[in-house]
Amino acid sequence: MSTASSSVVSDQFPAGLRVLVVDDDPTCLKILEKMLRTCLYEVTKSNRAELALDMLRDKRNIFDIVISDVHMPDMDGFKLLEQVGLEMDLPVIMMSADDSKHVVMKGVTHGACDYLIKPVRIEALKNIWQHVVRKRKNGWKEIEQSGSVDEGDRQQKPSEDVDYSSSANEGNWRSSKRRKDEEDEADDRDDSSTLKKPRVVWSVELHQQFVAAVNQLGIDKAVPKKILELMNVPGLTRENVASHLQKYRLYLRRLSGVSQHSCNSFISPQDASYGPLSPLNGLDLQTFAATGHIPAQSLATLQAAGLSRSTAKSGMPMPLVEQRNLFSFDNAKLRFGDGQPQHMNSGKQMNLLHGIPTNMEPKQLVNLHHSAQSLGGMNMQVSPHGGHNGQSSSILMQMSQPQARGQILNETTGGQVARLPTSTGQPILSNGIAGGVLARNGIVENGRAGYNQVPQTSSMLNFPLNHAPELPGNSFPLGSSPGISAITSKGGFHEDANSDIKGSAGFIQSYDIFNDLQQHKPNGWELQNVGVGVGLTFDASQHSNSLRSNIDVAPSVLINQSYSSSQRNGQNSNATVTGKAIFSVGEGIEHRNNGQNVGQHMNNLLGDNSMRIKTERVPDTIFQPALFPQHFGQEDLMSALLKQQQDGIGPAENEFDFDGYPLDNIPV
Amino acid sequence: MEVGQMQRSLVDYTKSLFLEGVLDGQFLQLQQLQDDTNPDFVAEVVSLFFEDSQRLLNDLTRTLDQPNVDFKIVDAHVHQLKGSSSSIGAQRVKNSCIAFRNFCEAQNIEGCMRCLQQVKQEYLLVKNKLETLFRLKQQIVAAGGSIPVMELSF
Repeated sequence: MSTASSSVVSDQFPAGLRVLVVDDDPTCLKILEKMLRTCLYEVTKSNRAELALDMLRDKRNIFDIVISDVHMPDMDGFKLLEQVGLEMDLPVIMMSADDSKHVVMKGVTHGACDYLIKPVRIEALKNIWQHVVRKRKNGWKEIEQSGSVDEGDRQQKPSEDVDYSSSANEGNWRSSKRRKDEEDEADDRDDSSTLKKPRVVWSVELHQQFVAAVNQLGIDKAVPKKILELMNVPGLTRENVASHLQKYRLYLRRLSGVSQHSCNSFISPQDASYGPLSPLNGLDLQTFAATGHIPAQSLATLQAAGLSRSTAKSGMPMPLVEQRNLFSFDNAKLRFGDGQPQHMNSGKQMNLLHGIPTNMEPKQLVNLHHSAQSLGGMNMQVSPHGGHNGQSSSILMQMSQPQARGQILNETTGGQVARLPTSTGQPILSNGIAGGVLARNGIVENGRAGYNQVPQTSSMLNFPLNHAPELPGNSFPLGSSPGISAITSKGGFHEDANSDIKGSAGFIQSYDIFNDLQQHKPNGWELQNVGVGVGLTFDASQHSNSLRSNIDVAPSVLINQSYSSSQRNGQNSNATVTGKAIFSVGEGIEHRNNGQNVGQHMNNLLGDNSMRIKTERVPDTIFQPALFPQHFGQEDLMSALLKQQQDGIGPAENEFDFDGYPLDNIPV
Repeated sequence: MEVGQMQRSLVDYTKSLFLEGVLDGQFLQLQQLQDDTNPDFVAEVVSLFFEDSQRLLNDLTRTLDQPNVDFKIVDAHVHQLKGSSSSIGAQRVKNSCIAFRNFCEAQNIEGCMRCLQQVKQEYLLVKNKLETLFRLKQQIVAAGGSIPVMELSF
């Protein structure tokens, strides 16, 4: 949309907003059309994605925003999303009846500016105009800005803005990242609301020229200025190229799955080392990737996720704060395990990261990574960033023994049933601590296991939360792969599946998820943890104990307080998190409760097969809200956990033997 | 039957549908969208839904009948049905679709067959009920009455 926007930005705005809606379901299409008309928008509908693309290409600037379904027979909604983003740079909203985390995540990584769950209510449609405004204001910002833009205030150059925007701008918005180039600013600043510059439409030819120029320069050396020179297109500005480049990079990243960190700005330094906690967990991913465990894709994914986070890198795993997402990745595991990664599909670990919703994740992940690193192999517990524990995670990590890690890693990856083989009920210190699940035996996933990704932004977490806090038992991938943290397995988020994680069977699956965030098997982990104190019952299959951990998705992977996942909102089954807090193992997945128990992060220490989150099958009641109090005294938890351990957490088959890991170690 | 009586019947009937969970709040949204510019909106949408669902159910039956069931296809159909049923507020149909999807994921043929039966039943039920509802409305209008505005809070 270009200046035609002036019509849009008129007094009637947002009335008259030109919307293109694409959905193969005729019922939904009709309803949406009616709703949009009721909102006073101008609606064009199409039931075929190809047709819609043609319409968009045919006449530029006739639409302001696109709404598209995800599942369509002739073209995947995400593909359409990408095309539109690249070619027309229009805001695209995805929608689906599918609300599983991984799909929503996909929307995010592919650049959708919003994701609506069907059935769509009219209220949700009333505000879509904000995306149009935002896009104009920010240009290509990857990051959503929440700044509200008043029409009058918009003086900034609306067109695609380079990622750097100078603060010189009026400043209504908060595009912190942007720095405007002087030249552009002056020109663009017109007054108010209308977009000044006509939006540059990246036609196929233009894009091809662009790609040719980029390839000629080499992707690393491709800087906007040079590209511009090579392209030699009159009227094209450096900013245009820069923003397009940013998008293109993202697109590539997505394709290749790695290599670039989504946040250009963020990621630049990939510290392979330990985890740059930096914004993306992805960074950690790098490290992991470096270790070879993490598959590039995962990194990429993480990165993308992490992008948002630019937390400090450095070893402080915990810093990640708040992020709910705490996926306790087993990154640590990876590290530790070096060698171990074996089971862990590196992907698995990564998956964790994937799961990590961008929002938090990066931090969390980072923590994980870092933690892992720092811990030396201790599970990275993703330090509960959420501010919960940061500390705890590290603690757990220490606990994790390198061995365990290996186990965990193996565990997680393995299709092993999440059951964390280790019988030990390692107490899962969820609180902040990676789900106290001690990786030892079967890793305890802090509820995370199922959670994959859940940790991601709290929003993600919410999913599981709504559902029965129980974590689908199966999802505890804990046992298997290292990624305890990874446990974020998707499974957790299935809202529908509120299953308790009883069957450890679920676990293994969860790891699959990790590998591929896609898979989310609901089994198990509906991560209840998510914020909600998901009562994960990790059923480390082996032991009938089901871990009910409310996995708080606390960023801190480490289960600090043995809150084993049981933390559920209000329900804490501390005790349930039996199994030693295997924190050592891959950092427990931190699930952060959405704000709930901060401390309660269930770190799922999935990582080793041995780690098992042994949670006693405690009826929901077990998780009493009492647990929620964020950090339970560790002692309490520990004792609870330890008690549980008695059941049999014997030395798990895994190498580590965490038996009776005293939680004391875990500094909460 | 006189108009007043018919109107009362309509109100009661509608309420019962909500109470029984056959319809949910989304249906109300549809009703609110209907206005003078589009007085038959709800009826049109519902007809579309019937057509579409019938087609999906047929496809599902056929797919499940194959010797080698392709669960991805089954899932895709069910997902679609779930989407459309939730959009019009056919709650029970939607719920049975959810259960159906679980069996799909588990690749459980028998479970899927059972679910298919269930979905069909629920679909027929809602179809029936809605047709009755529309008929009642038509009768009222034909008798010169107006459709009462129902206050249903969800």
